[in-house]
Amino acid sequence: MKEFRQAKWHMPTIFEIGAGDRSGCELPKLDSVLRQAIGDPSTFLPKDLMRTSPPNLPETSEVEVLRHFTKLSQMAFGVDEGFYPLGSCTMKYNPKINEALANLDEVNWIHPYQDESTVQGALELMYKLSCWLIEITGMHSFSLQPSAGAHGEFAGTLIMRAYHKHNSHLESKDEVLIPDLAHGTNPASAAMAGFKVIIIPSGIDGCIDIEALKNIVSKRTAGLMLTNPNTLGIFEKEIVEISKILHEEGALLYYDGANFNGIMGKVRPGDMGFDIVHLNLHKTFSTPHGGGGPGSGPVGVVEELDKFLPIPLIQYDGEKYYLDYNRTYSIGKIRGFYGNFDILVRAFSYILTMGAEGLENAAEIAVLNANYLSKRLANIKGFELPYDNERPRKHECVISCSKMKRETGVQAKNVAKRLIDFGIHPPTMYFPLIIDEALMIEPTETETIEELEGLVDMFAEISKEAYSTPNVLLEAPHNSSFSQMDEVKASHPRTLCLSWRMHQRMKHEKKD
Amino acid sequence: MTNPYLPNDTDEIRQKLLKTIGIKNTDELFSDIPSTILLKKSLSLPVSLSEAEVRRAVEGILKKNSTVKELISFLGGGVWPHYVPAVVDNIASRSEFLTSYTPYQPELNQGVLQALFEYQSLICELVKMDVANCSMYDWASSLAEAARMTSRITGKNVFLVPHFISPERITVLKSYAEPAEIRVVEVKQSANNGQIDLEDLKQKMSSETAGVYIENPSYLGYVMNNASIVSEIVHDAGGLFVVGVDPMSLGVLKPPGDYGADIVVGEGQPLGNHMSFGGGLLGILSCKDNPYYIRQLPGRVVGMTTTIKGDERGFCFALQTREQHIRREKATSNICTNETLCAIRAAVYMSLMGRKGFETLGNNILIASHYTAKILSEIGGVEAPSFKSEFFKEFTVNFDRTSKSVDEINNRLLRNGIVGGHSLKTIFPELGNSSLYCVTELHSRNDIETLQTKLKEIIEG
Ligand SMILES: Cc1ncc(COP(=O)(O)O)c(C=O)c1O
Repeated sequence: MKEFRQAKWHMPTIFEIGAGDRSGCELPKLDSVLRQAIGDPSTFLPKDLMRTSPPNLPETSEVEVLRHFTKLSQMAFGVDEGFYPLGSCTMKYNPKINEALANLDEVNWIHPYQDESTVQGALELMYKLSCWLIEITGMHSFSLQPSAGAHGEFAGTLIMRAYHKHNSHLESKDEVLIPDLAHGTNPASAAMAGFKVIIIPSGIDGCIDIEALKNIVSKRTAGLMLTNPNTLGIFEKEIVEISKILHEEGALLYYDGANFNGIMGKVRPGDMGFDIVHLNLHKTFSTPHGGGGPGSGPVGVVEELDKFLPIPLIQYDGEKYYLDYNRTYSIGKIRGFYGNFDILVRAFSYILTMGAEGLENAAEIAVLNANYLSKRLANIKGFELPYDNERPRKHECVISCSKMKRETGVQAKNVAKRLIDFGIHPPTMYFPLIIDEALMIEPTETETIEELEGLVDMFAEISKEAYSTPNVLLEAPHNSSFSQMDEVKASHPRTLCLSWRMHQRMKHEKKD
Repeated sequence: MTNPYLPNDTDEIRQKLLKTIGIKNTDELFSDIPSTILLKKSLSLPVSLSEAEVRRAVEGILKKNSTVKELISFLGGGVWPHYVPAVVDNIASRSEFLTSYTPYQPELNQGVLQALFEYQSLICELVKMDVANCSMYDWASSLAEAARMTSRITGKNVFLVPHFISPERITVLKSYAEPAEIRVVEVKQSANNGQIDLEDLKQKMSSETAGVYIENPSYLGYVMNNASIVSEIVHDAGGLFVVGVDPMSLGVLKPPGDYGADIVVGEGQPLGNHMSFGGGLLGILSCKDNPYYIRQLPGRVVGMTTTIKGDERGFCFALQTREQHIRREKATSNICTNETLCAIRAAVYMSLMGRKGFETLGNNILIASHYTAKILSEIGGVEAPSFKSEFFKEFTVNFDRTSKSVDEINNRLLRNGIVGGHSLKTIFPELGNSSLYCVTELHSRNDIETLQTKLKEIIEG
């Protein structure tokens, strides 16, 4: 087995390097005419408005700062460094052409309040991207404003709220239904939008239990939030029936598009009966995840809900593109300006590269890869594929390590950490919550078959270790920059340290 | 030839995968999708292009933009032109940062975690608070989440905001506040000097006040001279004091930690993030080291810890029991993906600028913006600044006593390659023909004087 070794630097914090009076950046010189005309600010700004002592920031040279962060980056791991089968996150390759385009001056150096005539390119790109997303999802209109998936969910649940309010139903419709295997952002978003969250159990086939759903749906139901394929990677095959049940009660269907990579070009949320959709451009549409953002979570709706979309919407009058604020029923705004524009440029470029056929092929290969892995991994001792192992998965599969845990004491977490030693980013662990010792694996379409085979070999090796030398697993990882972190200490009230200031104070208190 | 991003899209490999799975063709993998909804034809999208063609097509569209590098622009109002050092772009394009996921695996992603801890720490130094989270989507959503945070902490539901607030922020705040049943109430600001009207504030304070928000400098650029009195009034009534800042002002202006802020919010875009049409935003959210506040903090936060063996210092996410993946509908926020790369950029920027940099920067901006106001006010009928207060970086210019409207002026400036200040006509009609001008370290004397010359021509000519 080929082993991996991550760089290891003994890193001080940025506050512990540098020396008095050093600086990492030279500012433009102020013209002496200006200084003479105005004088030093201390001569005209009242003292009590001014900062009395400079902030305690580093005094480091440009080289020191560059090396500091370069070394930190070497102790991080991205898709460019290796295989990242992190379920639900769709860690596909982030094409470099998209980076080049997103870093053009025509992207970086435009201001959101410029006259529309001077930003026609930006508006055109956003308008066309919305049209493509409309076609890809089967919705009526899209807003590109949300900054991430959860932000799209918040926009969507606000739209749900606005719709019921508009129809004078909000008082009586205050419940949003969410499957037990949903991502945590779904209930959190619904609650933020003021709804009560009602959990729907999954059936033995890993899909929504239709009978349970029928019992739960009532006049109080404002909507249902659903991920399809769901977080087991299984397509909710009763979706048409589900949609009918909800619509008959006057409720709306919300589509969490985090898993859209499994069905893109095959079936559209709009055709399944969804009323509101968000997509994660930082998943399905190949934009980089940036270590945790910026992302983009555009939200699309059916015609009836168009009037509630956030302002402004980008429109085209046949000659020019413009920002439309004149929308009486809009939910307002959920962030400043129009969305994470540089991310939108990347997604635009990706769709142009792929075309319709490319997008459909991407979904097909992603699904082939996931099913290949699920078949092979479930055959390795200690691992199982719970929930209807005859049904095909879509873009991901969830493997359970509970047998292994019972027989050897090795847990999902240990398996995950051991993968690091082989240079693989671990799968998503312990999600969805309904599976014991879950490892959620999403290979995506951009990995080679050799890479998939390699992963299978590693699981086989890990299984052997679990049944012979489990200790090696319990202490993993061994080859990353650091060994296991004490997460309890990080959150304990007595040791909680969230900034260098807190750290300094704690040090003083210890001395006293 | 296969698509370069689809290495397994060859007949041979497809066959091999199908064989292992035990099926004949790929359609079987989608056979559980009801045929009534399966797409019958391909999506109607442009045909796929090669890399060279994509580059040409996207560049062709984007070329229709005029950048504020080509134009001389005085726009600010929430996104501001500041220099982004090359080192910042260099670090932000490191693939390990750019292409990694949220650092759920601390052993493998220490670099991201330490960089975020440093971001939090640097922000704390700048605003003089103890705690900062590792990013929100932008200033507006930070403010909105801060308002909800004050309501959860105090159990009250009225949130006071200043009259002169960005339309972006007030609209976002209202969207977030309404479902939490928080009432947003405006506090007057003086028409003469733009300061918070203390009498009006006192009158609006009640036992229901969860928090009071001010911006310093205000949306119109003016420095608040009664912030510590506001703080006393708020605290006497048992509310929390929330302050919004432009971090670029904090090398010269008093930090909110020095005048009683409980929560600080602000926009981190100027800290090394490009304007990107209002895209590259970074919400700052910081608070006091108070366990009741910290428990209600939205978003992710990184803590310092050690390895389990205890032999080395390290970092990992802290206080995750507040978050959506654990607390679900009871979470303090739904934040999952945030603005990490923007926060890393900000950490690099703040490190480069360092202890002295923010002071020099702040002084230079003060001088350049005051110089601009001074020479504009020399034009007949132009009032700059139009409020009688100190200002930083931005200020309002009033054209009521000229014969021209702001629209007319801005249109004619644009024909001369100049983007005038943001018109305030629809946002604050009571200010008449006013616009908001922004001057940063990037404006040269020549830029400023060209503006004056052209304005003079337009107004007097
Ligand atoms: C199923 C699902 N829903 C929602 C989200 C939230 O998306 P984001 O992180 O972009 O806010 C995620 C991402 O982790 C997800 O996997």
